[in-house]
Amino acid sequence: MNMNRRRFIQASATTAIAAALPLIHSPAYADTPLKVGYVYVGPVNDGGWNTAHEAARQQMLKELGDKVTSTYVASVNEGPDSERVFRDLANQGCGLIFGTSFGYMDSLMKVAKDFPNIKFEMCTGFKKAPNVANYNIRFHEGRSVIGTIAGMLTKTNVGGYLATFPVPEVVSGINSFQLSAQKVNPKFRTKVIWINTWFDPAKEADAARALIDQGCDVMTQHTDSPAAVQVCESKGIPTFGQGADQSKFAPTMCKTSTEDQWGPFYISAAKDVLAGTWKNTDEYWGMKEGAIQMAPITNVPDNVKAAGDKIIAGWKDGSYNVYAGPIKDQKGNVKVAEGSSLSFDDILGLNWLVDGVDGNMG
Amino acid sequence: MSLDYLIAVLITVVGASTPILFAGLGELVAEKSGVLNLGVEGMMLIGAIAAFATVDQLGNPWLAVVAAAAAGAAVSMIFAVLTLSLSANQVATGLALTIFGTGLSTLIGNNFTGRAIKTFEPLFPAALASNPIGRVVFGYSPLVYFSFIMVALVAWFLRGTRAGLILRAVGENDLSAHSIGYSVTGVRYAAVAFGGAMAGIGGATFPLVLTPLWAEGLTGGRGWIAIALVVFAGWRPVWLLAGAYFFGLLSTFELYAKASGASWTSILPSEAWAALPYLATVVVLAVISASKQAGGNAPACLGKPFIPSA
Repeated sequence: MNMNRRRFIQASATTAIAAALPLIHSPAYADTPLKVGYVYVGPVNDGGWNTAHEAARQQMLKELGDKVTSTYVASVNEGPDSERVFRDLANQGCGLIFGTSFGYMDSLMKVAKDFPNIKFEMCTGFKKAPNVANYNIRFHEGRSVIGTIAGMLTKTNVGGYLATFPVPEVVSGINSFQLSAQKVNPKFRTKVIWINTWFDPAKEADAARALIDQGCDVMTQHTDSPAAVQVCESKGIPTFGQGADQSKFAPTMCKTSTEDQWGPFYISAAKDVLAGTWKNTDEYWGMKEGAIQMAPITNVPDNVKAAGDKIIAGWKDGSYNVYAGPIKDQKGNVKVAEGSSLSFDDILGLNWLVDGVDGNMG
Repeated sequence: MSLDYLIAVLITVVGASTPILFAGLGELVAEKSGVLNLGVEGMMLIGAIAAFATVDQLGNPWLAVVAAAAAGAAVSMIFAVLTLSLSANQVATGLALTIFGTGLSTLIGNNFTGRAIKTFEPLFPAALASNPIGRVVFGYSPLVYFSFIMVALVAWFLRGTRAGLILRAVGENDLSAHSIGYSVTGVRYAAVAFGGAMAGIGGATFPLVLTPLWAEGLTGGRGWIAIALVVFAGWRPVWLLAGAYFFGLLSTFELYAKASGASWTSILPSEAWAALPYLATVVVLAVISASKQAGGNAPACLGKPFIPSA
């Protein structure tokens, strides 16, 4: 064979490349575990909101095993400091990041813009971006169970609501509480105090005392610590836990609790990212999807328990809707006509209080 | 406004003011000796977890108060060694102490969340506290009465005893006191320890009187208010009592006004109401500092390290 040098070099290069082809493939992203980051607004052992998120994170780890690793940062203040934390998690190589409080929304959106390849999930938010999805629980379903029980247990017909910030989630909670209570007790009214913090046990306790001294004989709260629940136990006022079962802080007075189940969200989001099918659609789940459940209703008369259980069943089979019209606001205007109901978008942007609530928007 | 309602407000005000009063008294004594200890918030949290842990494990609230005082004093000794023996900057060390105290209390407290404790048995017989007027006078936790006793004791100590005079001398002119023969460092160590003990008891008020549970950051920034109140009071114990109750009154008033649903409360958004006690404190501080007489009440050596010259 007449082999000159050029031919020889061409032939060996071709052979080398042909031999190497099987070794070249796309980087093995699927082989390294997906890193998932979480940012919590309070301590993980607050016995309420943050405890529920951490429990869900553990569920995700158990379900997906060594396909994911995860890390969390707790007690991060809403505001500029949270932006630093999100950036830090992004730089650490997280592929999926969850922000678990409404106040993180603007910071999360800013960081999401700078990291288009990372998927962000915003809890209880509403802003849109290609790599940001919002996830939310239909808390008003749980509040309506609470309101029904409160409406039946009250003797003074005044209920107390310890509110935090005038954001749609809290406004919806108040409205749902009042509407469901007045369905079983037309004379029911709700008094509201806004304490402008999600977590400050001493202030929560003082505010609870203030509401009780104003004549409220049933109470519920939107805060993250069990301080208000404890005050109610010491004063013999029926109350309800939020975020997780808080009956151990008030064994006789805590009638039920809303238990946030974030597990289904976290598992499905992580699975989607792993499979490459993640979309930035918003998810708004309730009792039917198993995203919220009620702790067993205890220490109430049988007819009250039955009424509460009926509301839970009603949400699951679609026969009960606390936001079905007619609904009036505090000035008496009809905001929802008879026969129609508030849409999900309306609920997520709720910024007015219903008739029967004593107190202003913040 | 019924009598019952006013009594309820008054009782809440007393509860809100007591921790600030304790912490403020301790800081007042420390500052009178010339030491500016900004670590009050950290020491209060250490006291709070020490008290909670003691009651949870041993069941005795009186022991818990002692434990809180001891824990606060122990932590303040870290500050004392750094600033008094090693001449570190007092402001920076105090801030570091706050961060340390917050973190350490959270670490220890992790094992104690989700537990409720029993607190004090009523001090006076129930019959005395059964009618509304009786409750206002006799119905408080023992720590509240102790706080009043401490105000009197500190005021008497500073003005009427030789030891108090020495303490004030050390704070006004440490070099002169040193040249007469008093141990400036020794007096300051004692003052800082007292400040730590009182801050610890102030922190103990939270689980023992206000909310019988442990949560991270339980004191909610009250330590900083105490530091501001010492200045507001012109370093005088009786004025500190007035200042602490002024702050407690404003904080409580905000809650009750909102709860009553009265329409005049909507002239300000709720965020403004929440800021009101702190704003009022700042305004008062500004007024006091502007007046030459009160501004001149600060111990002359406040915040300056003591370096004996030849």
